[in-house]
Amino acid sequence: MQVGYYPGCALHGSSNDYEMSVRACLSKLQIDVREIDDWICCGASAAHSLNQKLSVALPARTLGLAERDGLNDILAPCPMCSMELCKAGKALAEDPELRVEISDIVELEITGKSRVLNLIQVLQEFGVEKIQSLATRSLSEFKPACYYGCLLTRPPKVLKFDDCEQPESMEKILGLLGAVPVDWNFKTECCGAGMTLANEDTVLDLSHKIISDAIDHGANCLVVACPMCHVNLDMKQAAVKERFGVQRDMVVYYLSDLVGIAMGIDEKDLGVDRHYVVKD
Amino acid sequence: MAKIGVFTCWCGENIAQNVDVQHVAAEIAKLPNVHCSIEYKYMCSEPGQAMIREKIAAEKLTGMVIASCSPHMHLNTFRKAAKNAGLNPYQVEMANIREHCSWVHRNREEATLKAVDLVKMAVAKVRKNQELVPIDIPVTKRVLVVGGGVAGIQAALDIADAGYEVVMVEREPSIGGRMAGLSETFPTLDCSQCILTPRMVDIGQHPNITLHTYSEVAKVEGFIGNFKASILKKARYVDVNTCTGCGTCWNSCPSKKTPSEFDFGLGTRTAIYVPFPQAVPAKPVIDQNACIKLTKGKCGVCMKKCQANAIDFDDKDALVEEEVGAVIVATGFKLFQIGKEQDLEGQSGYGEYGYDKYPDVIDSLQFERLASASGPTNGEIRRPSDGKVPKNIVFISCVGSRDNAKGVPYCSKVCCMYTAKHTMLYKHKVHDGVAHVFYMDIRAGGKNYEEFVRRAIEQDGAQYHRGRVSKITEKHGTLIVRGVDTLAGLPLTIEADMVVLASAIKPTNGAQELAQKLNVGYDNYGFLSESHPKLRPVETASAGVFVCGACQGPKDIPESVAQASAAAAKTLVIFSKEELTRDPEIAKVNEKVCAGCFTCQRVCAFNAIEQVDIRSPNGKLIKRIARVNPGLCMGCGTCVAVCPSKSVDLSGTTEQQVYSMVKSLT
Amino acid sequence: MSDEKEQFEPKIIAYVCNWCTYLGADLAGTNRLEYPANVRIVRLPCTGRIDFNLMVKAFEAGADSVLVSGCHPGDCHYTTGNFHARRRWILFRSLLDTMGIDVDRIHFTWISAAEGKKWQEVVTDITESTRKLGPYTAYQRVCGES
Repeated sequence: MQVGYYPGCALHGSSNDYEMSVRACLSKLQIDVREIDDWICCGASAAHSLNQKLSVALPARTLGLAERDGLNDILAPCPMCSMELCKAGKALAEDPELRVEISDIVELEITGKSRVLNLIQVLQEFGVEKIQSLATRSLSEFKPACYYGCLLTRPPKVLKFDDCEQPESMEKILGLLGAVPVDWNFKTECCGAGMTLANEDTVLDLSHKIISDAIDHGANCLVVACPMCHVNLDMKQAAVKERFGVQRDMVVYYLSDLVGIAMGIDEKDLGVDRHYVVKD
Repeated sequence: MAKIGVFTCWCGENIAQNVDVQHVAAEIAKLPNVHCSIEYKYMCSEPGQAMIREKIAAEKLTGMVIASCSPHMHLNTFRKAAKNAGLNPYQVEMANIREHCSWVHRNREEATLKAVDLVKMAVAKVRKNQELVPIDIPVTKRVLVVGGGVAGIQAALDIADAGYEVVMVEREPSIGGRMAGLSETFPTLDCSQCILTPRMVDIGQHPNITLHTYSEVAKVEGFIGNFKASILKKARYVDVNTCTGCGTCWNSCPSKKTPSEFDFGLGTRTAIYVPFPQAVPAKPVIDQNACIKLTKGKCGVCMKKCQANAIDFDDKDALVEEEVGAVIVATGFKLFQIGKEQDLEGQSGYGEYGYDKYPDVIDSLQFERLASASGPTNGEIRRPSDGKVPKNIVFISCVGSRDNAKGVPYCSKVCCMYTAKHTMLYKHKVHDGVAHVFYMDIRAGGKNYEEFVRRAIEQDGAQYHRGRVSKITEKHGTLIVRGVDTLAGLPLTIEADMVVLASAIKPTNGAQELAQKLNVGYDNYGFLSESHPKLRPVETASAGVFVCGACQGPKDIPESVAQASAAAAKTLVIFSKEELTRDPEIAKVNEKVCAGCFTCQRVCAFNAIEQVDIRSPNGKLIKRIARVNPGLCMGCGTCVAVCPSKSVDLSGTTEQQVYSMVKSLT
Repeated sequence: MSDEKEQFEPKIIAYVCNWCTYLGADLAGTNRLEYPANVRIVRLPCTGRIDFNLMVKAFEAGADSVLVSGCHPGDCHYTTGNFHARRRWILFRSLLDTMGIDVDRIHFTWISAAEGKKWQEVVTDITESTRKLGPYTAYQRVCGES
């Protein structure tokens, strides 16, 4: 299986532990991960707040590059990136005039044949039963609270992925690998997103609620598939602890971390030791 | 040789002011076939009509034109006058020289010229008019009522009491519909079953009513006055004639775990069961999927214990044919699905409310069962999770209704009222309980409705919060309801023991399929379409098929009952005559030249065109042609326009008539 | 020449449906809304009844403009008649155009029983625009009886 790889700013920047994790995990699954040459920023929240066309053109260029490179599937592990790519793809598919205009602007032909997938979807495409057969150990000591955040399942009409209010896709994968995911209330509640530095109080408050609810429902760790969520829940956990107190430390794993661990990959190779909150 | 009389009216000053009526009469007198041309001040008056009748008789007129007001005003008046004088009423035409001429043109010369033209056109048409005779079709004076809820029951009783036979078909094992499951009804807080069951018993005992329960309509053929319905009677496995309803069977049945449909899953029932104690008929059915004997071949305890030998495991589905003259559809409603199971692809329900996830989040019909004295908790309000009495309940209005994003855009009409009722029922049973209502607006438009809602708030202490709920989560058995109070401008979180969702009202399953069988239209949401939203609320596009109750749109019990009586009245109009008389201005196929392409059949909105085999005397098929059913054709003429060979024509507006009218203007 | 044009009174034939436009025209009358006296209405049960021949006959009879008017989509008394009329209209317009008939002289509107004012406006507009186009002599020259 081959996927085009779009790391986005986060995975090459402050969240390169996520990239380590994704690469190690997918390499073990023998998925060929090919980074798209000359990719640019997806626009994130900045572009769509300022200029509609820019917010389509930026991700459209990446879609065009993927087509140029003959890549039918694009993995964007960051949900903001994967959502912006999907949204641009949908806008171009629905408006032929816009597609012509944007193709002109980005100087690339975009036909829309490349599919954009998040990390969970790539694992589903590969086949969760296949992953199970490759597992060398059970994840039975892990009781994860699977946290989806705001963008993995929304907007539902763009992404059409999982149930946007009560998602279960991560739980299904981890359950098959022996983990015991808990049912909890804050799967899709906001963690404070990009306000980590600009409005730390809000982030601490929201992240505290998430961590507490997970602990209340019997979880012993959190699982995320988003670098932003990881920053707020992991990097900021010490500040949360200081401000509000938490019943216990909660390691925040990337989904690829746990899948990798199940397949016997060393935690160091997955970058798990680079998290702020580590297992005692 | 046609002899046409033209009568031009002054209409007092209304026409004469701007049209030189005498000039018109004089000009028209010059036309061929015009035998007499008279003008008079008030043609529609008694002396005017007398004059017309005299002229027809004296001059032996074969056709007549009245140049006066709009035909919508007085065409029937003049047709009657003609008929009384012995002239076929369809040999009468009108020229509208008032609404279309004198009232809108001030220039006398122009108006008069136009009036002459208009009368010329009418004369040209009437030259080609033919004598038409109203069409008589026989009527079977029996009605099929589909649906045994309060609307169906009302319609059936009205018609049966008038002396006509009724066939009622009900899908469930018992009649009663949604109303049988309610606890108390607004605004009187009458016990729902107490006011309904006497009616249900009347249905069961009425000599004029044949009741088929646990049955569905399989097929309907025919047309007004002459329908043939095939009814599928599902196998009951119990003989209703010998069963005494003693209850020994359902009290001994070992299969007890099937979720009860009547209690919307809050309780369980046995495999052999009556849905509720006051069921009509009070005879059980066996659920073939839950019965151990029918699925595994073991048990059979009920049969062994039945003293009346009423149980028959070899029972089969049966088809019954009924001939009726009219059909009344009263199939009712169901609630919008807000849990994980959705009947429409791409619909995601309301996952944020946790229905299907948290057992203490229920919908309004389930709450009715909790409040009902014969319900799964004997009328005590208890949490489905642990059976405890909730100390507070949050009611959420508009779940699915008025929602362009995820639900349906319309208002379900009854929820504001029943939510207020629920707060009152709760308070009457749990005196220290607190009811919270999250609402967008309060719609209480009926008689005593507004006062009822005020009582809930002012006397029974219901707390109303204007705002929506964003999410319901659960913590240690308590439901955390996060919403907003827009009047206070603040978010509002309530820790609740139970949440009741007022889900949108939708038509029942199978309503669309039934509508298609009856050629009745339906809208995007499956509600059956009435002929005219204002003036014909119970008729449909199919003559002889009527709708009433919630299947036509969300409505409360008083409206359902009123509509049911309206549908019954319409049916009784059909039954009031031995034969139905229909307007003869309908289409007719020239069978000699029809090539049998059936383009006409494809465009007919009333399915009035049939395919008919023309056979030689020894039975050999010569050709298959189209024939218009005079019982169904509404006379629109669309078939005439599409026919490639012009083999079909419309009586009253034939091709030649229209050409003559237009040509007369040359 | 221009004098002749000013005095030219166009002849307009209107095929209207009995339930909507005819009643709309009645309403214009009841409200005494004045409009030019050039239109002659042919009352039909439904616009669905109107086919190609009727348009051609109207021009044959010397009409300078033809108007077809019925119920708004969704409101047809016979439920679908006006949908058929609309579909037919879309085809006919191209066909008539190809045949060389001046499509500026053919008009299609929806006028409901409540739209008396619209009837007044439509008739006034068509009368004036036809007046500017002048008499439809071209049709008579090519197709009319010689």
